[in-house]
Amino acid sequence: MPQLTHLDRLEAESLHIIREVAAECENPVMLYSVGKDSAVMLHLAMKAFYPSRPPFPLMHVDTTWKFREMIEFRDRKAAEMGMDLIVHINEDGVREGVGPFSHGSAVHTDVMKTQALKQALDKYKFSAAFGGARRDEEKSRAKERIFSFRSAEHRWDPKRQRPEIWNLYNTRIHPGESIRVFPLSNWTELDIWQYIRREGIEIVPLYFAAERPVVNWNGVDIMVDDDRMPEDLAKTAILKSVRFRTLGCYPLTGAVESTATTLDDIIQEMLLTTTSERQGRVIDVDQSASMEKKKQEGYF
Amino acid sequence: MRLTDDLIATDIGAYLEKHENKSLLRFITCGSVDDGKSTLIGRLLYDSKMIFEDQLASLEADSKKVGTQGENIDFALLVDGLAAEREQGITIDVAYRFFATDKRKFIVADTPGHEQYTRNMATGASTADVAILMIDARKGILTQTRRHAFITTLLGIRRLVLAVNKMDLVDYDETIFNDIVDDFYAFADELATDLEIQPIPMSALAGINITSRSDETDWYDGPALMEYLENVPVGDKRRNASFRMPVQWVNRPNLDFRGFSGQIASGTVKPGDRVKSMPSGKQSTIARIVTADGDLPEAVAGQSVTLTLADEIDASRGDAIVTADDPTEVSDQFQVRILWMNESPLLPGRRYLLKVGAKTVTATVNAPKYGIDVNTLSDVPAKTLELNQIGVTTISLDQAITFDPYDANRNLGGFILIDRMSNDTVGLGLIDFALRRASNIHWQAMDVDRDALAEQKGQRPAVLWFTGLSGSGKSTIANALQKRLFALGKHSFSLDGDNVRHGLNRDLGFTDADRVENIRRVANVAKLMSDAGLITLVSFISPFRAERQMARNMMADGEFIEIHVDTPLDVAEQRDVKGLYKKARSGEIKNFTGISSPYEAPENPELRIDTVDRSPDDAAEEILDYLRENGFLGA
Repeated sequence: MPQLTHLDRLEAESLHIIREVAAECENPVMLYSVGKDSAVMLHLAMKAFYPSRPPFPLMHVDTTWKFREMIEFRDRKAAEMGMDLIVHINEDGVREGVGPFSHGSAVHTDVMKTQALKQALDKYKFSAAFGGARRDEEKSRAKERIFSFRSAEHRWDPKRQRPEIWNLYNTRIHPGESIRVFPLSNWTELDIWQYIRREGIEIVPLYFAAERPVVNWNGVDIMVDDDRMPEDLAKTAILKSVRFRTLGCYPLTGAVESTATTLDDIIQEMLLTTTSERQGRVIDVDQSASMEKKKQEGYF
Repeated sequence: MRLTDDLIATDIGAYLEKHENKSLLRFITCGSVDDGKSTLIGRLLYDSKMIFEDQLASLEADSKKVGTQGENIDFALLVDGLAAEREQGITIDVAYRFFATDKRKFIVADTPGHEQYTRNMATGASTADVAILMIDARKGILTQTRRHAFITTLLGIRRLVLAVNKMDLVDYDETIFNDIVDDFYAFADELATDLEIQPIPMSALAGINITSRSDETDWYDGPALMEYLENVPVGDKRRNASFRMPVQWVNRPNLDFRGFSGQIASGTVKPGDRVKSMPSGKQSTIARIVTADGDLPEAVAGQSVTLTLADEIDASRGDAIVTADDPTEVSDQFQVRILWMNESPLLPGRRYLLKVGAKTVTATVNAPKYGIDVNTLSDVPAKTLELNQIGVTTISLDQAITFDPYDANRNLGGFILIDRMSNDTVGLGLIDFALRRASNIHWQAMDVDRDALAEQKGQRPAVLWFTGLSGSGKSTIANALQKRLFALGKHSFSLDGDNVRHGLNRDLGFTDADRVENIRRVANVAKLMSDAGLITLVSFISPFRAERQMARNMMADGEFIEIHVDTPLDVAEQRDVKGLYKKARSGEIKNFTGISSPYEAPENPELRIDTVDRSPDDAAEEILDYLRENGFLGA
């Protein structure tokens, strides 16, 4: 008789969650950020409905500052999987020239990510959106339900979370409200890597170490990915063997020095490391309750 | 305890092979406020080196700023992740934390101790295999300790660690420990017959009996907490039960494939097994167990799979595929236990949505038979259930469902209740047994009063009183509105001057006295209809304020909605659809409103509809919005 391992149990739970949304929610979408968690989430969605295709589209909120490799990967993957892909860009932000170098990380993230996401959800009237967030990432995420409700203004109210009993998810909402659904809630970073390894899931090559041009900006090594980086900063670039533990906007994503070129190397490095994953993200270090505040304002 | 295996550094591949197959244990910490739940989790994470350097740095900073442990690290700050929690120094919502040892992976839910947050505690407990019940050695068993012991067993947990904490503050006194344990056993006897209890004396703050047994309690010969957690069996008991799988999603990629997707609730299944689709009872054989990784020779409880059957039988979401040898029962009335989880108390007789497995139905919850006192576990009288109260009652559903008693199968016997207006999850419940098998005549325990009749229709009754000149468009708008209500599945009826005057009021003319009597009768009929739960549309010229006021007074508060169809006389006369104005002007008709009899326009109607330059459809939409905004149309 098959014994279920921790990965089997996590997978089964995620499949159940994803199917439940497809069965009960009127107009779901899967938020696809092109990162490793999104890769696992998409893989789980393909499994949940096999041999059918997942009955919802993918959506990428493109801040226009993502690594170029991410965009190539995104378009190729969606095509390979036969998934509809919606790409949303906050055109107002583009018109005003908002970017991390000119406006700083807080304004850039708010306009190009948070506001853009709200625009997209309003535009397509999605009633439920899958996100790849995990509870081990951050303290306020650790408190969030798998089915997390948002007001018509996309606000999260941590004091009004619904009870979530057994695997019975209440998906009812009033017009205009929506649900964020996190099928990877109970996965850890290590689970994600082990699962990628077990299932042979393809991820963006930026996760693997390679010689890349990096500059030091605000104390963090960031990669020179295009010519929008201010010239005097870009000219300080040096080649280093680096990789990325999370992927986002290239000016806001810290590189770590590494020689890990295989999955096993990455996992080994992670197991021996002494800092948490989100440290590489510039946006989180402002203040300890910052993620909770962002979520209340409509950040994913 | 951490992943200290040398293989990580020397041969990661071998390490991963070895650790890919760990088992998973989910547990909670619960108990009263300040008994040390969060501290224990902080200690477990810290001792298993799951706290990273950057997290430790911010923890140290926070401890000095807002901590309660002086210069020491306040571990509770690790888990109290919401701003409100850190400000108030209490745990409000359940937090999930993750750690692993070389033996096992753990998911721990830290649950709040305050009674007002019991529903959050229940959320954490409902997915746990083991509960660690924290007790302050100085205080012993408290009401909240009993409540949490009761709720964890209610939700299905059968393994309990009685963690007698803060032993350092009572000098590791064995007698104190034994007294608390005896106290608890006396209480636990009543909880569940198959409950396994492991008492452990400890100090989470000082790290006593957490990772290994400590000298301070040399009189204790049981396991340290981690030893227990690493070795307690997680073998799924559900696996030995009869096969059940709620159908979550019907998988039909093309005409040649029809599969039933779901997570196996209990038992095992193989191709060739005889199964039934419930509640229809149709029998078939498992053809394939389909997954993206290929067909399986066997699947077990906990797995999410897709089954195909040898025969074309109809099953849809909410049905269950079960072993033909021991099928589930079918009924629409049950005795249940309910834990109420909302600030608004249970309203007996009200209809709630009930979700069990993948099925959602409408349930009428009857008045409780009795409540349960969590201190003594004895019955107490209860007319309703307040927040956090537990009671026994009966429910009746609008359709029969397939189920198992909760004690036999959590997935097919546990349900949640959802309020249809607020959409909140207001209660959780356990099916104890069916009151009767389905198929007998219907049965109602409650009085069928006007509220019940309206509840049944999923709406609030209203009398929409359209008043205005002849030809103003009252009936046309009412008609357009009624079509919309019908399309929304709402129950309505239209009373129209013309149709009533041909029947009920055929004896009445158009004198002022007859007009008053006409309205009196119509208002009475409208009242009967609203008692029946209907949305009643009344289209009468009803020219006099006094009569409209009389009608208003007859209806329940808020149910009378006066709609002035405000068409100027010249416009109505120009339209003259029925040619009445012409006749009135020529004197052929006497007492004609607006010409030879007065029209008293409403002073404060709920709605005033201007019909000039507006289509009847527009007007109907405006009224519909009003009804929706004021809650007449239900959820």
